[in-house]
Amino acid sequence: MFTAAASMSALGLGLGLLLGTAARRFHVEIPPIVDEISECLPGTNCGQCGFAGCTSAAEAIADGSAPVTLCPPGGRDVALQLAEITGTDADLSGDTEEATPLIAFIFEDHCTGCTKCFKRCPTDAIIGAAKQIHTVVSDACIGCDACVEVCPTEAIVLREKTKTLRSWYWDRPDSAGTPVLQGGAQ
Amino acid sequence: MNLSSIAAFLNPVNLFSIRGGIHPETRKFLTAESAIEEMPLPKLLRIPLQQHIGAEAAALVKRGDRVLKGQLIGKARGPVSANIHSPTSGTVVAVGEFAAPHPSGLPVPTVTIRTDGLDEWGPRLPRLRPETASPAEIAAQVAEAGIVGMGGATFPSAIKLNLRDRYPLTTLIINAAECEPYLTCDDRLIREHAEEVADGAAIIAKALGVDEIIFAIESNKPQAAAAIAPFNHPLGLRLQVKVVPTQYPMGSEKHLVQMVTGKETPARALTAELGVVVHNAATAHAVHLAVRYGEPLISRLLTVSGRAISRPANLRVRIGTPVLDIINHCGGLTEDPERLLLGGPMMGQPIATQRVPIVKGTNGILALSASEARKEDMMPCIRCGTCVQACPCGLTPFEMNARIQSGDLDGAARVGLMDCVNCGCCSYVCPSNIPLVQGFAFARGKLAEKQSRKHQQEETKRLAAARIAREEAIAEKKRAAMAKRKAEMAAKKAAEAAAAQEAAK
Repeated sequence: MFTAAASMSALGLGLGLLLGTAARRFHVEIPPIVDEISECLPGTNCGQCGFAGCTSAAEAIADGSAPVTLCPPGGRDVALQLAEITGTDADLSGDTEEATPLIAFIFEDHCTGCTKCFKRCPTDAIIGAAKQIHTVVSDACIGCDACVEVCPTEAIVLREKTKTLRSWYWDRPDSAGTPVLQGGAQ
Repeated sequence: MNLSSIAAFLNPVNLFSIRGGIHPETRKFLTAESAIEEMPLPKLLRIPLQQHIGAEAAALVKRGDRVLKGQLIGKARGPVSANIHSPTSGTVVAVGEFAAPHPSGLPVPTVTIRTDGLDEWGPRLPRLRPETASPAEIAAQVAEAGIVGMGGATFPSAIKLNLRDRYPLTTLIINAAECEPYLTCDDRLIREHAEEVADGAAIIAKALGVDEIIFAIESNKPQAAAAIAPFNHPLGLRLQVKVVPTQYPMGSEKHLVQMVTGKETPARALTAELGVVVHNAATAHAVHLAVRYGEPLISRLLTVSGRAISRPANLRVRIGTPVLDIINHCGGLTEDPERLLLGGPMMGQPIATQRVPIVKGTNGILALSASEARKEDMMPCIRCGTCVQACPCGLTPFEMNARIQSGDLDGAARVGLMDCVNCGCCSYVCPSNIPLVQGFAFARGKLAEKQSRKHQQEETKRLAAARIAREEAIAEKKRAAMAKRKAEMAAKKAAEAAAAQEAAK
């Protein structure tokens, strides 16, 4: 009885020490890449990628089970950044070069003021109160589609962000032909 | 006598030089001898509230208001902005959005005024005596009058006058180079109003606290140089005329400073770091009117030219006059113009419709016929390096273009995209007709968009984090309230039980 107890304790102590040193010695930190990836992602937890939030998406990207192109609000830029971090090639073939950012627009005629969208919006981009017509703060909207899904009257659509004088810029000059933009006296 | 003063004595003009540049046919003869005409008042004036770099002005009038000439209708908003005044008397018929005088034709907040033909002045600004006024008073008056850089950059002038607080300044250069082909309005302004321009320059110099004024005029405008020469001591300050060579882009601020002082402004720095501030001749005239007569900036000179214009002219036009009215005043178009530009042919911007108004920064309207506009097929780059020789900023346009074409915008920025001044010399000289400067405009816009998207992403991240924190705080509060309630209930029950026991006893 005594020998059994002593040997079991000795075994337990030995193995415990072994495990303890191994844990110290071969300590693996949580891959910092996950942090780096979540840093890149919008962080709004909109759920468009199919994961529960940006952190779980970052983990999925880090272990390679999700493509770097999974984030629609991030678009091309984020995909390229992620590709750089993970060292993979971003498959942008499905993504046309200029995916213009979308933002939500509320048809005021259809809005009943139910506040469902207002509660869902991850960036507080919708202003409204019960039985008041809601509206979208276009600068804060990330086009995540969450409000469109919950709207009971289908009063919300995603639209292309309209260009303003500040955001407008020249198109890439016509590569096939003539200088079309500026003058140039002969 | 040291070496540089001997050199200055022997050759007072070409003491220094700028690199690169081009010598396009100037075609100034079309309007150089046309005296300034006053353009009659149009029926409608459309006054954009954003005519300057910075934040748009806030409208102070509403539909149906009667406004008087010189009345403030748009108030400057924020540190970089400019006041907007009614150019004549009339009735406000709309405060809304209208197409901007901009290549995109996108809408901009605009006040539309139906003129009543009376041209009745409202109260003007109080006059200042520049002899006794302090620099801060002059700067405040210039800000009140809504004056912006009238060479085209439209940067609020008062801010430039306040540079004295931050830099030790020595020299004011009045930019009358007018290096763009076709344009002659600064030339005519100096020839006809030399004394006023010199006075305006002296007022600016007083505000800056400098005692050296240099008037830089290109050598193809000898009459203007001769006209300003007698007024060499405005307000007791010394005014020197320097005739600079006719070379595009001489009128570019940093290049003009280099030409006149021999000092090169560092990349992305202000000329004020060299102690030099540059103002346009038309701005000096506007400052003269604002300080001496209390008149805000409500009209400007511009050149209407090009082979497709029946009667090219130099006009004094109210701000907000539609381009169409101006062209009609000049006898209309002789043919469908190949290109309709606001500004000069090198850096001017095409407009989508003739209904857009002219603004404070518009120095010309050009209707170029097919024979004047170049339209040739683009060919591959042959690496001839002509663009490198022509670039006044010492950049390598062909390399920047190659990087932009392959989508490497950051790479283009690394080799100097942000130092490009958009002068268009590279496109002008390119034997393969490659739209170089146009590509740079695109790339810069694209990079700016990327930057703003990144900024927006950071902001939305912050919003999302704030929301999560708020929701958690609310939930925490709820839990705490619940726990408190539970505790209260338990305490109450215990008390009741105790009371019942007490009663039972």
